[in-house]
Amino acid sequence: MRNTNNIFGNIDWVLTLLYLVFVFIGWLSVYAAVYNEEHQSIFDISQRYGKQLLWIGTSLLIAILILVIDQNFFPSFAYPIYAFILILLFGVLVFGQVVKGSKSWFEIGGFALQPSEFAKFATALALAKYLSTLGIRMENLRTKITATFIILLPAVMVLAQNDTGSTLVFFAFIFVLYREGLSGNIMILGLYTATLFILSLLMRLSTFSLPFGITLSGDWFLIGILGSIALLMYSITRKIKRIWIVILLAWIFSAGLIFSVDYIFEKVLEPHQATRINVLLGIESDPKGAGYNVNQSLIAIGSGGFLGKGFLEGTQTKFNFVPEQSTDFIFCTIGEEWGFVGSLFLIALFLTLFIRIIIVAERQRSTFTRIYGYSVASILFFHFMVNIGMAIGLAPVIGIPLPFISYGGSSLWSFTILLFILIKLDRDRLLVFR
Amino acid sequence: MHGLENRKIVIFFIFSLLCFIFLVRLFYLQIPDNQYKLEASNNVLRRVIIYPARGMIYDRNGKLMVYNEAAYDLMVIPNQLQPIDTLAFCKLIGISKEQFIERIHKAKKYSRYKSSVFEKEISSKSYAEIQEKLMYYPGFYVQWRTLRKYPKSIAAHLLGYIGEVDENTIKKNPKYRMGDYIGMSGIEKSYEEILGGIRGINYLMVDVHNREKGKYLNGKFDTLAVSGKSMHITIDEQIQEYGEKLMQNKKGSIVAIEPSTGEILAFITSPTYDPNLLVGRARSKNFPELAKDSLKPLFNRALMAQYPPGSIFKLVDALIGQQEQVLFPETRYPCHGGYPLLGGKPKCHPHASPSDLRGSIRTSCNSYYSYVFRSIVDKKGFKTFEESYTNWRNHILSFGIGKKLGTDLPHELSGNVPSVEYYNKYFGKNGWKSSTIVSLGIGQAELGILPVQMANVMCIIANRGYYYIPHIIKKLNDTPYTKAEFLKKNHASVNEKYYDVVIDGMEMAVQMGTAAASKIKDINMCGKTGTAQNPHGKDHSVFVAFAPRENPKIAIAVVVENAGFGGTWAAPIASLIIEKYVTDTITRPHIEERMLKANLIQNP
Repeated sequence: MRNTNNIFGNIDWVLTLLYLVFVFIGWLSVYAAVYNEEHQSIFDISQRYGKQLLWIGTSLLIAILILVIDQNFFPSFAYPIYAFILILLFGVLVFGQVVKGSKSWFEIGGFALQPSEFAKFATALALAKYLSTLGIRMENLRTKITATFIILLPAVMVLAQNDTGSTLVFFAFIFVLYREGLSGNIMILGLYTATLFILSLLMRLSTFSLPFGITLSGDWFLIGILGSIALLMYSITRKIKRIWIVILLAWIFSAGLIFSVDYIFEKVLEPHQATRINVLLGIESDPKGAGYNVNQSLIAIGSGGFLGKGFLEGTQTKFNFVPEQSTDFIFCTIGEEWGFVGSLFLIALFLTLFIRIIIVAERQRSTFTRIYGYSVASILFFHFMVNIGMAIGLAPVIGIPLPFISYGGSSLWSFTILLFILIKLDRDRLLVFR
Repeated sequence: MHGLENRKIVIFFIFSLLCFIFLVRLFYLQIPDNQYKLEASNNVLRRVIIYPARGMIYDRNGKLMVYNEAAYDLMVIPNQLQPIDTLAFCKLIGISKEQFIERIHKAKKYSRYKSSVFEKEISSKSYAEIQEKLMYYPGFYVQWRTLRKYPKSIAAHLLGYIGEVDENTIKKNPKYRMGDYIGMSGIEKSYEEILGGIRGINYLMVDVHNREKGKYLNGKFDTLAVSGKSMHITIDEQIQEYGEKLMQNKKGSIVAIEPSTGEILAFITSPTYDPNLLVGRARSKNFPELAKDSLKPLFNRALMAQYPPGSIFKLVDALIGQQEQVLFPETRYPCHGGYPLLGGKPKCHPHASPSDLRGSIRTSCNSYYSYVFRSIVDKKGFKTFEESYTNWRNHILSFGIGKKLGTDLPHELSGNVPSVEYYNKYFGKNGWKSSTIVSLGIGQAELGILPVQMANVMCIIANRGYYYIPHIIKKLNDTPYTKAEFLKKNHASVNEKYYDVVIDGMEMAVQMGTAAASKIKDINMCGKTGTAQNPHGKDHSVFVAFAPRENPKIAIAVVVENAGFGGTWAAPIASLIIEKYVTDTITRPHIEERMLKANLIQNP
């Protein structure tokens, strides 16, 4: 085999290069986001950009460490790592510090660590290990249940820390399960249920005036529309035997779902929980809370224009008071200072990353590495989707970082580990057959 | 796994679709010539804070005590500054060139992008002038604010003042931002949440000539300011004002409470100051002066001065003695110008002796209460003296003495009733007994009681056994409002049936005893004088009372520092206030005149 002595030999240079470009962009963006006149040096350790440089340096060390570890380490230790992280997650519930309402930080000598960030790669490893076991087939119900259990166990513990954002990330694994043989119908059904749930929440309080003086509540209006769609589908597919039963059942299922939303909202949820969901969906406004940040973000990004205002020239991002400027809302600094062109470049860069990861995953002989690769792509994609979607007002405000870009040690470390385990496994793909 | 490879295409497709959606959205946000973009590059967005008006404060009868007046702050945003005629500008504002340079430097240091205050509270006249010429001075704009105004110049300590938030408060409560005003003391502080209101933000487009071009995106992102709620407080403005007048040129405090509700009717501390002195930019000049004043006008005596209560404490001893079954209405003790069992100490003044319980209150016999106190703390049935002393102390605490009452005013102290631990430390364990601490019984020694606690004890006696926590809030936005803890009866540890004997004694004290000079025609006032020795000069003149005897309307405590005998100053002042409150007239103008004219401040 070639180049096994050199730790950088045979690694995927596209991924590595992309990684370096991302962390560099991140560093500059954090600098721009918290830039002030008194601390102009980008190396100033007392400022966030100086600290970010420290995180980047340590991340590179971690990356090298991962590359030199024995090739069998991650496949062999997938379960112990998973178990260890579960213990940490439990520990943080007991001994953790509360930061911004979430009990998800360990504080060790002025140094804060967030175990939920590391739960992602641990879960990816465990899932890859399980699904690549000989004789495990996705079609079996037992496989599905076990896989779901592996994913949900850490997710529930993160939820118990009151960190909703990080919990939702675990839904990203549905892409992995899909790639490994989960029926596409389940994905579509899940998507359909979620869409209907949100739609009926949005429409339940409005009424619709139709011709002939008919007034309908939002629920009935939605059911009516679904009925029309059902009729349309029937008229297209009526040649298939007994298709009408399927369509009718689907329609009744949908109607039931719509009414259950009402019931859950009025009888099951506490008033403050309902309010939180409403604010999330923009039904109630909360100008001082979540809504305020999104408004600020939209103003900043919108004011960037085509070419942007230029590096450090952004006025809105400095002018406003969004507290999460360098973490959750880092994208609005980029949008304002680099404009549409810069945003386009960043999004293209992310898409390149996702596609490259999938290409890398698909070229593996080892099922373990392929599944792990898909997990990496899915997790990064989910973060990308929610973070940028939130900044441009398409997704509810859920505080999760933009991979490699947002300020933060735990998140940068965890994304570095996530990616470099893949690079490591990929480098060794010709050495073994797993 | 056959055919699953094709699924990578589906995943590719989903990933790409989302990126495409993002790009469309970003295009819509960033490219079209209007929407979220600032039009010409010269235009800037100005974020103007709409400060809410603070809530008004009214007295119990709806008379306005605090309102707002408009004020204008001149603001500057350093990075929008352009070369200007500095000299003309300085002349317009009325500052020197050096000040101008210094302030611009300070603003730049704070932030080049955020606005900071350049000149606070410019008058409406110069506001009109400046507004006219503002277009020559890009980077400057005028921010509207409100200032507190007090039509009557009374109740300064009670109402409190407002000031800019400090960094600590901002850190603790992110609701506040630099430059916000917040209640710093008094009602303004304790009801900040109610009075403060919610700030709004307007986004304005401003062109290169510093002209406002209207709201950004038609005010899509603007939020409205919500004014603070108005409040009615339990104070009777008339009584408050009258009391402050009577206390002119005297040091001390008056607290009056309605016994049936715990509502504070008057809350006076003297010397006081004009609350208008601590408004806006005058505050930075006047506050240090008031703080330097040797008479301590900023000190809130009603809530923070711990006085030895003197003889008024005998009322509480009389009640506890009966509860403990060591004292009865007929109990008589001798007095020979002092307490005979300890060689004539504490001393006493000449009066008929021996007296019974009622008579002892009327004449305020020191010897009698030395007997009573010792009979309580030396009562049989306790294992140790410490235990029986603690028993006495717990009785005292149940009267709201020596602990925080929990009023809705900030900076309340607790007063002091010495604990067993204190005496053990001071005298050594078993180094003290009832004879060592006998002066506690007549309200001297280490005892420290706040005027508000004295008035509260009067409420307990007026109510025959219970009190409501004294409080100040009455209505919010014209609807009656109070807190649950203010509706709860707090019972003292002495049974209802023991009060009337004590009240008899208090009535006698006013009719023919130590306070006979303060008798009010047609109002049956029950009171008790006190003359509290203290290490800081002449005795404090103290008087507590309630009236009328049946259905009491007002309970009051008056302390006049270093003024001598309780019957001479404190009692007449209390009687005047009671008369004014109950009948709204003064039938004894000669007493009123003597009180108003008296100057009892010792000139050191």
